[in-house]
Amino acid sequence: MTIATPSESLQPSGWAKYFSFSLDHKVIGLQYLVCGFIFYLIGGILAGAIRIELTSPISDFLTRNVYNQVLTLHGTIMIFLWIVPVVNGAFGNYLIPFYVGARDMAFPRLNAVAFWLIPPAGLMLITSYFITGAAESGWTAYPPLSITTPAAGQLIWIVSVLLLGGSSIFGGINFIATILKLRRPGLKLMQLPMYCWAMLGTSILVVLSTPVLAGTLILLSFDIVAHTGFFNPALGGNVVVYQHLFWFYSHPAVYIMVLPAFGLVSEILPVHSRKPLFGYTTMVYSIMAIVVLGLLVWAHHMFTSGTPPWMRLFFTIATSFIAVPTGIKFFNWVATLWGGRISINSAILFSCGFIVNFVLGGITGVALAQVPFDIHVHDTYFVVAHFHYIVYGGSVFVIFSSIYHWYPKFTGRMLNEDLGRFHFLITFIGFNLCFAPQHWLGLNGMPRRVAEYDPQFEFVNQLSSVGALLMALSTLPFLWNIFQSFFIGRIAGDNPWHALTPEWLTTSPPPVENWKGPAPLVTAPYGYGAVTNTEAIKSTEIKNDLEENN
Amino acid sequence: MPITSAIIIFALTLILVLGGLWVGQNVDLLPLSASENAPVYDELFKVLFSIGTILFVGMVGLVIYSLIKFRTKPGQSGDGIPLEGNLSLEILWTAVPAVVVLFVGLYSYDIYDRMGGMQSLSHEGHHSQELINEKRIWGGISSGSVESSSQESITSLPIEVTAMQFAFLFHYPEGDIISGELHVPVGKPISLTMESKDVIHAFWVPEFRLKQDVIPGQPTILNFTPTKPGRYPIICAELCGPYHGGMRSTVVVEELEGYKAWFKSNAKTELIES
Repeated sequence: MTIATPSESLQPSGWAKYFSFSLDHKVIGLQYLVCGFIFYLIGGILAGAIRIELTSPISDFLTRNVYNQVLTLHGTIMIFLWIVPVVNGAFGNYLIPFYVGARDMAFPRLNAVAFWLIPPAGLMLITSYFITGAAESGWTAYPPLSITTPAAGQLIWIVSVLLLGGSSIFGGINFIATILKLRRPGLKLMQLPMYCWAMLGTSILVVLSTPVLAGTLILLSFDIVAHTGFFNPALGGNVVVYQHLFWFYSHPAVYIMVLPAFGLVSEILPVHSRKPLFGYTTMVYSIMAIVVLGLLVWAHHMFTSGTPPWMRLFFTIATSFIAVPTGIKFFNWVATLWGGRISINSAILFSCGFIVNFVLGGITGVALAQVPFDIHVHDTYFVVAHFHYIVYGGSVFVIFSSIYHWYPKFTGRMLNEDLGRFHFLITFIGFNLCFAPQHWLGLNGMPRRVAEYDPQFEFVNQLSSVGALLMALSTLPFLWNIFQSFFIGRIAGDNPWHALTPEWLTTSPPPVENWKGPAPLVTAPYGYGAVTNTEAIKSTEIKNDLEENN
Repeated sequence: MPITSAIIIFALTLILVLGGLWVGQNVDLLPLSASENAPVYDELFKVLFSIGTILFVGMVGLVIYSLIKFRTKPGQSGDGIPLEGNLSLEILWTAVPAVVVLFVGLYSYDIYDRMGGMQSLSHEGHHSQELINEKRIWGGISSGSVESSSQESITSLPIEVTAMQFAFLFHYPEGDIISGELHVPVGKPISLTMESKDVIHAFWVPEFRLKQDVIPGQPTILNFTPTKPGRYPIICAELCGPYHGGMRSTVVVEELEGYKAWFKSNAKTELIES
């Protein structure tokens, strides 16, 4: 393990390390998490601006160009600066080395570079709004609109998405190498915690599809700067080709946002229901099936774009079949809860909230996969509702669940459970109030990305905005909880949840290089209910105590 | 499994399935249906809504039941049962979604076919007579030239649609009419040939349950048959610039007499009566 052991003396310690080019995977993981959360708050403010605009049927709160800039920034920030970096970069960096029994990631310097690409890219994207005006062609940047809108904002958008894509690729390579090559001797692939499998699958998707987005955006920038005609119909280009290339990345991007969330839930549910993860092997195969199918479904975003009938049918069938491996995972989670000794805490509430929201998002997803159904609701608020059920109700709920679960490990202190449950309640009600009514809006004739709409939709839009307000307010108890628990939270100890996965078999927070002694060999990360495992935890805890006392 | 719990599970499943079917059949979430393919769409919607309700209520019920039934009660300690999997259960919940998805896929193929989606569009240049006579309600893009759309006029009314920031223009080749509103007679198959002058737009009439992108440099075709007189909104559904939300028009579906009167008063050339 000599390659992955940055010298301790060269690294800053204390607070300064979180602002440094630290090579410690745990520091980098928390850098991703905090940085992502700041962008989440910014993206949330933009969402608030959209919901304020939509409380009245006329365009009155923002000017029209600004409104389009706001919706473009909201989508781009939430995807590329919040969910993707956090479910992959934050938890991946923090947990994967523990799970494979390594002392750091395979390429610590690449890891630090991957993180430090994010703040400048994000700042560039946001400041473009104040200097030149941000991109205003949506996060999809479809040409010819993206070619004809003001070039400066669009180019800055392209450069920052390229940087973020690069960061994502570096991270993906690092995860694949770490999971496959840095496993502790004696640890078999099929003994790894499920999050490792989720990250392996996700990283394969990242490495295969992100370069396609990069290439596409570079061609788009040529069209804008050098007036080439790749996607410009006035010069003989083809706009539908752009959509194929864009969605070849951007559909897998949905799995890049939810597969790691699936992995995190698979870690959280067994711990708090004191039961083994149900159906480990089928879970692994489901992830891999989702990876393969996820690469073959992109054109379901283009059913109204002018795709021939055979293509529409192929992508309907391929998309529908993703429901099978996804369904297996959900049934397995419910079976994991079944017969357990469940602690109703904030972590499990957010995980169960995720299951409920994602089942609804999955059902509307199967419906949207059907060409005749999609033809009516494509590009409407029905789709807006669907994907927020997937990325917010799914991924963001899991991020909150994970923070409640791992905060004791990150900081050594417990979060306040009452505040946590209150946070869950407000978030769950606010989220559903915000997005459930949008299904109806879409079915009845409200297109997405509009600043004005028919007066008949006013009441339902206001209802949705009230939900958004609740979502915004729900952040306050969460932030307060994070802040106060850091100083006055109950001391967590090494393993407050009596969990079996390796990150809990060390101090909280863990030392540089993760364990004081040799890395433990955990071959049964979900061995709850077996006496020997409970004994094993106790003996490790005693051993750590002894080492600390020495 | 004790016989009583088997009966309870069976009864609950039955209630869930029947309840789901009832909800699906009685749900009223869609706007007025005003084209020939809209009722077909609504049929698909009801089936999907039934299946979705059964799955959603079933899953949520299981999660809530588990949280209540298996929560740690005061004084309890220790782990749950060390159950790592169950092959027959896992096969069951692989097979059931696979069958449901297969059913939904085949059923929506049938719906798609009934909406006319599987028929080749009018770009081959030579149609067999029966294909022309067959009612094509809805279509998509033309992959070849659109010149042959004149043959279409034998049965359907051809209208050329031009989309631009931020308006739709409708051109009636027969009377050389250019209109900002789409006027169509009820019951007559309509064939729109659409092209955009600038960026991508989309032609959407919620009451017809139809949408087709209007693309620069690449004509698209949309066929439909209106069934109910009335005025329905035409909505641009693809982000096309600052005034995207205001890019709207109206389709006026009239009885044949009313349509003819409108046509006569606007036609620049004499109508060649067929």
